[in-house]
This record gives sequence, structure tokens and C-alpha cells, in this order.
Amino acid sequence: MRVVVDLATCQDHGQCAIAAPEAFRINDAGALEYDGSPGEEHREHVEEAADVCPVQAITIED
Amino acid sequence: MTAMTGRSAGGHVVIAGAGMAGLRAAERLRAAGWDGAVTVFGAEPHLPYNRPPLSKELLAGAVGAGGVREAHAATAFRRRANIDDVVWEPGARIVRACLAAGTVTLEDGREVGCDGLVVATGLRPRRLRAPGTHPARHVLRTVEDAVALRDRLRPGARAVVVGGGFVGCEVAATARGAGCEVTVVEPMPEPMGLVLGPELGRSLRRHHEERGVRFRVGRTVTELAPDAVVLDDGSEEPADLVVESIGSLPNVEWLDGNGLDLSDGVLCDGLLRAEGRPGVVAVGDVARFPNPRYDGVPRRVEHWCVPADTARRAAATLAAQLRGEDPAAAGDAPFAPVPSFWSDQFGLRVQSFGAPGLGDRCELVEGDLRRAASGIAMVYHRDGRPVGVVLAGIPASRHRPYRDLVAGAPAPV
Ligand SMILES: Cc1cc2nc3c(=O)[nH]c(=O)nc-3n(C[C@H](O)[C@H](O)[C@H](O)COP(=O)(O)OP(=O)(O)OC[C@H]3O[C@@H](n4cnc5c(N)ncnc54)[C@H](O)[C@@H]3O)c2cc1C
Ligand code: SF4
Repeated sequence: MRVVVDLATCQDHGQCAIAAPEAFRINDAGALEYDGSPGEEHREHVEEAADVCPVQAITIED
Repeated sequence: MTAMTGRSAGGHVVIAGAGMAGLRAAERLRAAGWDGAVTVFGAEPHLPYNRPPLSKELLAGAVGAGGVREAHAATAFRRRANIDDVVWEPGARIVRACLAAGTVTLEDGREVGCDGLVVATGLRPRRLRAPGTHPARHVLRTVEDAVALRDRLRPGARAVVVGGGFVGCEVAATARGAGCEVTVVEPMPEPMGLVLGPELGRSLRRHHEERGVRFRVGRTVTELAPDAVVLDDGSEEPADLVVESIGSLPNVEWLDGNGLDLSDGVLCDGLLRAEGRPGVVAVGDVARFPNPRYDGVPRRVEHWCVPADTARRAAATLAAQLRGEDPAAAGDAPFAPVPSFWSDQFGLRVQSFGAPGLGDRCELVEGDLRRAASGIAMVYHRDGRPVGVVLAGIPASRHRPYRDLVAGAPAPV
């Protein structure tokens, strides 16, 4: 699956990293790092991450 | 009876309320395998949008500049493809429900049949009851409210915020950022004290005061004057505008007469079923449900995470009921979510996990209460067990262990 985070909107809440640690991580500098093509087996967690992002910065493109 | 619509062969689910909880309920019903008809009726003229920015970015003018249309566009939720066949009726307030007959009645007189009902009607602001009048009284719940208030936040304008809860404090910070002279009137000894306790409340008050917000704590408003509010000690606070942020009331009147417990939202069991009513579930801010993580006491929880959490459980319940299956066997049981909320005040991110308001003792585990901006972690214990943690100014990379601390196995009830 393809995932895009609008980094201009992202406010580093980190909710995505709690919902889908397989794909999202807050690094030691406090900024978001993510995997733009996580495995299909993670879809449920990644959809959950998109739902819980308070600023709706995460888009699942397929 | 007027024309009845909506009772299709496969069954019809009505979702009352087109806020975030209504949206999540629609998505989750589809995810739970319900493929019958779904209609969402919403009193507002808009499709679902996100409320937190209304006291933050939108109020500050950082997003959604222009009118209501632009403001809504900047905050609207995306809708998932799995709800493309859900029917949305914004601008359609439900005025009555007859649960025995399985009908809801809309403001325009239409009567709609339903086999399942999701109550997602949320809250409305409680209004200040004080004699006198003021020409610029504001509340903040809708995008219209936010645009009206934003347009008044001019440099030098004197704003009195009545109520120092989270939304009140966010409005105070945003108004101050826009150059207003801001005073917060709060009846408790400290702002946000009910949830955070006096220690952290005081710390955050200092954070505000250092940035120019004035506080009148332990005071209530007794009267409104055309250019001021009068407090219970007889003093006056000059006010070009008054923001009433004194809590909310559940939108449940339309359910009157059905024998439901509506004393504080809709009383639900642990599967989010309205007590004793098959085919009726409640979600979001309006639902009062027990969380066995803490105890068996049903509570309403006004956090942004609650619509998604409750919708997941309620949709599993309703879909199973409509299929004639046992709802307790569907979805997560027991339903014991870890609540969380955040708040932004003068660039300080406050993040909570668990239920700090239920604590009987708090413990500062990181930081200096005199300097909230440099990072604070406060853990709240109940009967010796950590039930909540509040982090202020701590980067998200360090949230996980704190969340884990309060997200362990639910206590036995
Ligand atoms: C200004 C503001 C800032 C916030 N900031 C934060 C934050 O920073 N962090 C956080 O965790 N939470 C925050 N929240 C709380 C969060 O936004 C709410 O918990 C969430 O909006 C609840 O969603 P809901 O769908 O249950 O209710 P609502 O959003 O209230 O939606 C209910 C909908 O139902 C409609 N309705 C009501 N009656 C009827 C009827 N009879 N018929 C049809 N429709 C009806 C209403 O018009 C409304 O559109 C904030 C809330 C506000 C107002
Ligand atoms: S939840 Fe949203 S805002 Fe937070 S880090 Fe993830 S993408 Fe960014």
C-alpha cells in the first residue's frame, strides 16, 4: 500500500506511531519518519493511524 | 403518518448526528460487515469536520482564512471509500424518535423508518446564566462560531473568557496571540484543575500569565454589562467581547419519551447499547459508558479519540444485532479504551493518556512546575495504581513509555 504524510500539516503528535509502529516513528529529534510503502499486512494499523492523526495529515493512496 | 422512507429490504440504519462520531460510525458499520442502507442526518449544514482547530489554528487565522465555506473546507474530514454508498443529509435535524415503532422524525416533518439507530448528536455549549446583556457574547462549538469569534480577535480588543477549562484556555492563548487583552474567569482555584489537579493547573496558569493572560480564579460572573462583566466580589472586568466556555450539554432532547436514561447523555452498557434497547447504540461525546479499565461507573468522555473508539465497538454491536447474532461475541470485549487528549496553548503541547481526572494523588516524575515549557510529566494514581499521565512540552518520541505505564491490563472490577 502507498502512504503519504503531508509534512507541512503534520504537527508531530505521534498518534500514528502509537497506532501503527510498523510504519510510523517519531525520531529522537521529535520529528516524524515513516515508511511510504508498508506491507499489506499492516493495512488495518495504517488505516487506524490515518484516523487518529489529529490534523488528518496521513493519506492512504491505494 | 407522513410518507415513510428508508425501510429497505436489507434493513436501514439511521445515524443521528453528522459530526466526527457519526462519520466514524458509518465507516465502522461498513467495516463490521453491515451492507444495508445507512443514512446520516446532521443538524449542521455541513459534512463532518474537525473541531480541535476551531480553538487553535482556525481561530488564529493560520488556516481557513475567509468565510465559513473556507473554514469548513480547511477542517473537513476525508471520507473513506467504504462509505461511498452512505447517504448524507446535512441540514436535517431530528426532532423526535419513537424507538418502539422504529422511526425518527425530521424538522421538516418527514418520518423515517429504521431498524438500527446510532445516536451521535454530541454536545452544545452551556450558556452563561447571568442578568444583563452584552453585545458580543460568543461560544465555540461550530465552524460558524469560530469564524464569528476569529473576526473579533483584533489587537487591543478586551476579551473575557468565562471558564478556564481546556477550550477556554486555548481560546485565551489564541486571543492573546492575536493581540487581545485577555482575562480568564474561573470558579475553581486553578484553570483545568478538575482534570489536571491544582499543581499542574497552577503551572499552566503561570505559563499563560507569563505570556500576558490575566486570571481571576475562584470567581464567577454574576452580571453582564454592555462593556464589562461583573464578578461575584463586585469587581468589573472590562470586556469588548465575552467568550462563554463553561461546559456543554448533551443533545438528547429528541430522544425524550422513550424511557431512556438521558440524565447525562445516553446511558449505555459496555457494548455501547442504550440501556435496555436492542438496535440503539450511542457514540462520541453524547455516550455515557463504563470503562472497566477504571471501574464500572458510566461516564461521558469529551475527547477527540472517543468517536473512533466508541464507533468501533458500537458498530460491531449493532451489526451483530441486526444479523441476529450475539453482540458480546463480536468485536473487542470488554470495551476498555485508553482515553487520550491533547491541547495546544501558546505553543505548549499538553498530551494526556488515561484518566488523570480519576486520580487521588499526583506525582511529578519529570521537569519543574515553574517552567512548564521545558517539559513536565505528571503521573496520576488511584488507589496506588497509575491511571493517567499528563505530559507538557515533552516530544512525542518520548510519549510511548508514559502511555504504556497507564495502558496496562484493566483492573479487575
Ligand atoms: C473548540 C473545540 C476544541 C476541541 N479541542 C480538542 C482537543 O484539542 N483535543 C481533544 O481531544 N478534543 C478536543 N475537542 C473535543 C472533540 O472535538 C469532541 O470530542 C468531538 O468533536 C466529539 O464528536 P461528536 O461527533 O461526538 O460530537 P459533535 O462534534 O458535537 O457532533 C455532533 C453533531 O450532531 C449534530 N446534531 C445534534 N443534534 C442533532 C439532531 N437532533 N439531529 C441531527 N443532528 C444533530 C450536531 O449539530 C453536530 O454536528 C474540542 C472540541 C471543541 C468544540
Ligand atoms: S499523527 Fe499526524 S500529526 Fe502526528 S506525527 Fe503522525 S502524521 Fe504527524
